[in-house]
Amino acid sequence: MNQRRGIVTVLALAASLCGFGAHIACAQEQDIPPKQHWSFAGPFGLYDPAQLQRGFKIYKEVCSTCHSIKLLAFRNLADPGGPGFTEAQAETIAAGFQVTDGPNDKGEMFQRPGKLADHFPPPFPNDQAARATLGGGLPPDMSVLAKARSVERGFPWFIVDAFTQYQEDGPDYIDAILNGYEDPPPAGFALPPGTQFDKYFPGHAIAMPKPLSNGQVEYTDGTPATLDQYGRDIGAFLMWAAEPKLDARKSLGFQVFIFLIVLTVLLYFTKRKVWYGVKHRADAA
Amino acid sequence: MSEHSIYQPQSALMQWMERRLPIASLVYSSFVVYPTPRNLNYWWTFGGILSFMLGVQIITGIVLAMHYTPHVDYAFNSVESIMRDVNYGWLLRYLHANGASFFFVAVYAHMVRGMYYGSYKEPREVLWILGVILFLLMVVTGFMGYVLPWGQMSFWAATVITNLFSALPGVGDPIVTWLWGGYAVGNPTLNRFYSLHYLLPFVIAGVVVLHVWALHMVGQNNPTGVEPKVKKDTVAFTPYATVKDAFFFGVFCLFYAWFVFYIPNYLGHSDNYIMANPGQTPTHIVPEWYYLPFYAILRAIPNKLLGVIGLGSSIVLLAFLPWLDTSRVRSANYRPLFRQFLIVWFLVVIGLGYLGSQPPEGGYVIAARILTAYYFIFLLIILPLLGLFEKTKPLPNSISESVLPAVAPPPSGAKV
Repeated sequence: MNQRRGIVTVLALAASLCGFGAHIACAQEQDIPPKQHWSFAGPFGLYDPAQLQRGFKIYKEVCSTCHSIKLLAFRNLADPGGPGFTEAQAETIAAGFQVTDGPNDKGEMFQRPGKLADHFPPPFPNDQAARATLGGGLPPDMSVLAKARSVERGFPWFIVDAFTQYQEDGPDYIDAILNGYEDPPPAGFALPPGTQFDKYFPGHAIAMPKPLSNGQVEYTDGTPATLDQYGRDIGAFLMWAAEPKLDARKSLGFQVFIFLIVLTVLLYFTKRKVWYGVKHRADAA
Repeated sequence: MSEHSIYQPQSALMQWMERRLPIASLVYSSFVVYPTPRNLNYWWTFGGILSFMLGVQIITGIVLAMHYTPHVDYAFNSVESIMRDVNYGWLLRYLHANGASFFFVAVYAHMVRGMYYGSYKEPREVLWILGVILFLLMVVTGFMGYVLPWGQMSFWAATVITNLFSALPGVGDPIVTWLWGGYAVGNPTLNRFYSLHYLLPFVIAGVVVLHVWALHMVGQNNPTGVEPKVKKDTVAFTPYATVKDAFFFGVFCLFYAWFVFYIPNYLGHSDNYIMANPGQTPTHIVPEWYYLPFYAILRAIPNKLLGVIGLGSSIVLLAFLPWLDTSRVRSANYRPLFRQFLIVWFLVVIGLGYLGSQPPEGGYVIAARILTAYYFIFLLIILPLLGLFEKTKPLPNSISESVLPAVAPPPSGAKV
């Protein structure tokens, strides 16, 4: 107990010692992405299939113009713990994409409609083609993007996060980027040509033009078609794309916890019983 | 330790076996009747936990190796394919990645125990040195494993750490080229790291056998640091130590499962989900949490060569603890000054860990230098001097005396 208090004291001391560094100044410059409410947060949180379907619609209609999602296959759309499309629906979606196959008997590559086993075809044949078309910028692949972005939490939050199971900083960041565009930029900010101002992007000058606005993607389930809603829906979809086995992980985790807790409690009482005799025999000696 | 009851095989089969390979009696004498001090606390359960973690890492690792492709173009995607397409691949990978962290949690607890209770002192010097060798092997194995997913942090950690050898005068650059198998970190580097990452756990297992052998020669230390003298001071390994180990093992597994199932990426770095790109350096290159104190020492020393020497000696010096510590009293419970200096040293190591995770600028550098100085001053100056000047508390006459309520007052009246 005493030691734990000591650890916290030293960590706090170290943190305050360092508070004078450039780090704090840097942190103030960049806004912290606000925490959103995610259906998949916490020990029992699972994906909301309707939300994943909306997010997929946004990816297909907007993001996929520039961003690849190479690790995702059409069959994944019908996987358990995913957007909940039927296999027939996933087949129809796949058929709507043209994928490159080959070489055929004549030694030529050819285009054919997608099948369930195919991965999502990238919008550009290679990185160089993407850069050439988009004025030098390379849009990152979106397959694991939600796990490849994080929010610097700092002391003591990084310790608190281990207890509260905060693992959603990636989707929080993606949602914040989409909502963080400011046009015109704040007075006094020299924006490099070909970039936009985003208050959550590191350095603020983002090469991606503002991709989403209110009403841009049509929703058929009565969900409000607002930028605010789009940000959360695409954030959830990208989290699923990055961590498709989250539902399976959490449900297995619950079973493992029940088992381990029962086992540990039983072992505790067994240990008490075994050692009970020792103490008494010793006392009598 | 001559009070073992001898294993007597009952069945004809076991009698036949006993005359040819007495493995049953070895197990019986080592893990059943083996006398363990009766006053061991939960800090003594980490040895068993460490063997378990080694097993977890080897078993999950062998299955992961069946699906992994050690090539710069395919490694990243093959790991993702394990996460997506291999049955329970996500579980194997998260068990293995977090398993490395919990292996280090257990080894640090084990080392803290050894230092606090003076377990390295005569006659346990070789046992301790084997432990330091095991720790070094774990450090190397863990580092190479972290490179295998070939993310941004994998690549840049490999670049930074291998480059340390270039600080050696004269031979530095040829050594680095030799380590890389080329003129930069590339496919040959990944391949040899994979090969060694598969080999070293078995070397660890071999040294563990020596470690346990040495332990059984000298017996376990205990919180008083007083050797068992009479039969009353010890209890049989089974059921007493086994059931206590088993209970705490359950507690440890709950802690481990919390990370594997609920926050599997908490201990990792998000940049490692970006494929390695030699053309783009991450903003901050940070190693895994268990290397952070040593990384902070490396960066705290302004001269590169001295920094590398500081890094290396911060671990190697531990092997010399039996001789750096001149006190004949083992347990910190009876050494009030040593206890305070040592607890501060533990806190300094945690502080260095925090500083290692922060950018090397401003106040962080100054703090890291102060803490690094204490790290070495404690080991090289305070520890040798304390043994000469410290007034220790009177030791109990026996383990039993220290743990039992004084039914009849002990004749010497030594009350602690």
